[in-house]
Formats: sequence, structure tokens, C-alpha cells
Amino acid sequence: MSDTLGRPPARLLIPAALGTLLLVLPLVALVLTAPWSLLGEQLASEALREAMWLSVLTATVATAICLALGLPLAWLLARVDFPGRRILRTLVIVPLVLPPVVAGVALVSAFGRTGVIGEPLREATGWSLPYTTAGVIAAHVFVSLPFVVISIEGALRSAHKEYDAAAATLGATRWHAFRTVTVPLALPGIMAGGVLAWARSLGEFGATITFAGNYPGTTQTMPTLIYLSINSDPEAAKTLSLVLLALSLAVLVVLRDRWLVTP
Amino acid sequence: MSALSISVEVPDRVSAAFTAERGDVIAVIGPNGAGKSSLVKAIAGLVACSGSVRLDDRDLLRLPVRDRSIGMVFQDQLLFPHLDARHNVAYGPRARGVRRAEALRSADHWLQRLRVGDLAARRPGELSGGQAQRVAIARALATDPDLLLLDEPMTGLDVGVATSLRIELARHLAEFGGISLLVTHDALDALTVATRVLVLDEGRVAQYGTPDDVTQRPVTDHVARLVGLNVLRDGDELRAFDPSAVTVDLVAPSGSARNRWPGTVAVVTPHGAALRLVVHVHDGPDLLADVTPAAATELGLSVGRDVWVSVKQTSVRSYTAPAN
Repeated sequence: MSDTLGRPPARLLIPAALGTLLLVLPLVALVLTAPWSLLGEQLASEALREAMWLSVLTATVATAICLALGLPLAWLLARVDFPGRRILRTLVIVPLVLPPVVAGVALVSAFGRTGVIGEPLREATGWSLPYTTAGVIAAHVFVSLPFVVISIEGALRSAHKEYDAAAATLGATRWHAFRTVTVPLALPGIMAGGVLAWARSLGEFGATITFAGNYPGTTQTMPTLIYLSINSDPEAAKTLSLVLLALSLAVLVVLRDRWLVTP
Repeated sequence: MSALSISVEVPDRVSAAFTAERGDVIAVIGPNGAGKSSLVKAIAGLVACSGSVRLDDRDLLRLPVRDRSIGMVFQDQLLFPHLDARHNVAYGPRARGVRRAEALRSADHWLQRLRVGDLAARRPGELSGGQAQRVAIARALATDPDLLLLDEPMTGLDVGVATSLRIELARHLAEFGGISLLVTHDALDALTVATRVLVLDEGRVAQYGTPDDVTQRPVTDHVARLVGLNVLRDGDELRAFDPSAVTVDLVAPSGSARNRWPGTVAVVTPHGAALRLVVHVHDGPDLLADVTPAAATELGLSVGRDVWVSVKQTSVRSYTAPAN
């Protein structure tokens, strides 16, 4: 605790300790007060299993969509010089700092029953996005895509551009080089982006409930069920929370090499 | 008309024009910052430039990199780290649509020719510098290019490794049949491998000729130093002479004042069976002089000794510096 510069002062140590306590205490409390004896019974309940399944399904589909759209977008930002690139990057990052509930309202404005795109779409096809499982996925993609783009763009920037040049001298088209060189070299970053997107989707609450509502079986995901249960059935809320906590820790373990690197 | 006719300009880096015939191996030499790498990268399309690179009847600068029919060997190889040696070499043929089995067969063939056939299954991280450079050369040759560009392929290799690779490279480039540009900072490369030497200085072509021509009649101090030759500039006239033709005395020798200089011994190093002196001439550039160890002992030639150096007029080659 002491080094040659002297003891760390108490006026720094005490706030640091308080901060640690604030971060750790609620999680410890959650684990301690969880209904461990009822865990099996809780996990077997219909509503809970439905929400869990829907959460995993929507998060996985959203992640796949995020990768399919985010990888080309990240490549464009990292490898192609075009006017407006900085503006595009800024636009992509906005949802990252946007309050999720605002994201939900924005989605309603665009794809809601009377939205800019939603209304003509409904009139043409009779189908609309809100309050459907597809709506949940749309909300997840909206909030998770920036994570994927930022993560992959970083990986593409650090994966050396010169390999693309080497591929070009060997006769590769840009598409061929993208498939055979760029993506394999950036794969760790792509995987990390996918894991981040999945974790973000799994925990997504604000945008989802605003845009897609809370119908059991179609739009009720784990976070929305937790929110509903906390007053009516606190035991179920805690069980669900434990499951999400475990998944979060698993994500942390997967990403440990990227986030938990000490200098 | 020449097979290859180059005239390129990379702003602030290089502005060079020269021609070459099929089968030429051109060593590009010059001091650091002379624009050697910029020149080959411009030809490859990896840095922006203006001008033209006419190969037969095509202007390569108007074509995308992948259609230029060039093979590039990079100083740091740039072998794809996620592919083994075999798939690295097969990459070019595969990218050009050759069927997988055939591309791999061709890769094996080229790895054998570069004598790294037994390393086919290794990834670049498991290869030594010399092995990786052999794989890189195989990869460039496997695309059957018209123009082979090698950017300091020997740099960073152990001296022994570089020597054996150099001898083989000379043979491969001779068999290659296309035109090769070899960027190097080693005079030995220019002498053992090249049929032509292009001397760049501050981004411009200072000299372009056969290795004999350039090494016997260098026009830049850089090449003079590289080949270990004394070159004196006298207006437009250059006078070159070998260090072994230089006589060292303690008193002023007779003869023309043009061919004798007073100076101070600055460096003494072994050079083959002789000793090589660097003499600080009082009013001129340093001169190199080779003396026998016996003579050095007899005259007491140690650092700081005041001496006269002279050369017979018959040992001096006089030539005119090309106008630039």
C-alpha cells in the first residue's frame, strides 16, 4: 500500500472505497437474497421460460443483423476515404449515448403505426413493426449496432492495411481481399463486437418496452418481465436478475483480454 | 521502343524517368530518403503519383493495382499471418481464379524452387526472416508477373542468410524473364544480381547504367562510398581511383599537384590482407588508401599521423558527370 512517493492519502482512499462498495454491495445483496431454494421451481415457470427464450432469440437474431450491417459499415469507415466520413461516424455513434427510451420514441416516430415509414408500410402491406417480435429485434439492433461498428472499426484500424495492399498486388479484388484477408485478421474484434451486441440486446429495456410493448410470448423479454415482477413477484424478479447477472459475467470473461488488460 | 518505359513523379519524394528491356534486373540504389521505396510503391500503385509506366503497350498507372501484373516483395514480407506458407503462395493464383488444386500445386512448385518446400505447412510466425522472405518471393513469382518489384528484400536478414539468398535470387531473377526492380542499399546486390543500376539521389536519377559502369565511374558520393572508390569532382569532370592505387608517404612526393594531397590519418581498419586508411585531406574530401601492414608499420601509420597521399595519373579514370 505504500510506495516511495508516500502513503496514499485518506481523502482519496475513502471515496475510492465508497465507490467500490456502491458497485459491489447491490450485486452481493442480490446474490444473498435470491430465492436459491425456489430457483428450480422459478426457472420452470411458464412466463419466465417464455421471456428467457424470447430474450435469447431476439438478442441472437439482433446480433446477426448487427454483424451483417455493422461489418460493412465499419469497413467503410475504416478503409474508404470519402467526404462526410466523420459526419457518418458521428451519426453512427449517437445511439450509443442516446437514452434508450428516446431511442424507443425515435423508433415509434419512424416505424410506428403512424410513423414516417410505418404508416405507408402498414397501408401497403397491412403489417407494422411495433408490438411484434420483429419490433423487439429492431429496437435491439438500433441500440446495439453502434457497439458493433465501433468495435469492428477499431479492429480494422489496428489490423494492418498493408495486407490489403499485398492482396491487391497479388490480384485480389477488394471483395476477395475483404473475405480472405481483412475479415480473418479482424476476427477477434468482430467476435468481440458480436458479444457486446448480444449482451447489450439481452439487457435492452427502454427502447424495447417503448417501441414493442410488453406482450408475453411475443415482446416480453427478460428485462421487461423483471420490471413487471419486482412488485408483484419479487422472487421471480430476483431469479431472472440472477440469470442476467450470470450471463453478464460470462460476457466479461469472454471479453477479458480486451477489457481487463492492466497496463 | 523499350519494353518498359517509366516516368513517374511522387510529389516531394521522387521524380524519375528510365527505360528497361525484358530480362533486365535493375538495382535501385541511393541513400536513405532518396525515394527508392516511393518509386517502386508508385509503380505498384501503393502511393499516389503522376506520370506513366508503359509496359509494352499498356500504361500501368491507368490500371487498378490488381490488373498491373506486378509481383511485389515487401521488406517486411507482409505474408498473411493467418495462412500457412502454401496458402500464402497459392493466394495470388486463387485470387486470379485458378482452381484450388492447381493453385496449391503451383504453390508447392514455387516453394520447392525457393527451397522452402518442407515449410509449406508453417504459418509466417513460425518462419525465420530468411525463410519468410523466400516464401514472399515465391508468392510474388507464383502470379507470373511481367514486372517484379522487390523493396529491400535483404534488409533485416542475417549476413549469412542474405548472402545465400542473394546468390539464389540472382538465379531466380535471371530465369524469371520479366523485368525486375530491386531496391537495395547494398552494393553487393547491385553487383551480383543486377544487369542495370539506377542511382537515385534526392528523388532524381543521378546515374543509370551497367553495374560495371556505375561502380567504375560513380557520379554520387553515396555510390563512391558504397563501392569503396575515391571520386574527386573537378568542375564537370569526375576522377575515380581505387584505394589500392593510392600511395602513402611521410614527405611530399614528386608529381603533379593535382594527384597529391596532404592530410591526416583518421581511421585505420583491416581490409582483406591490407589495411584501409581514411585520410582527412586538408583541403578536400576524405580519401581512402589501402596499404600493406608492413608499410603501415614502417611508416608508423596510426590515427593522427600527418601524411601525403598520391596517385599515379595512369590509375585515375576521368569521366564527365552527366548533366541533370
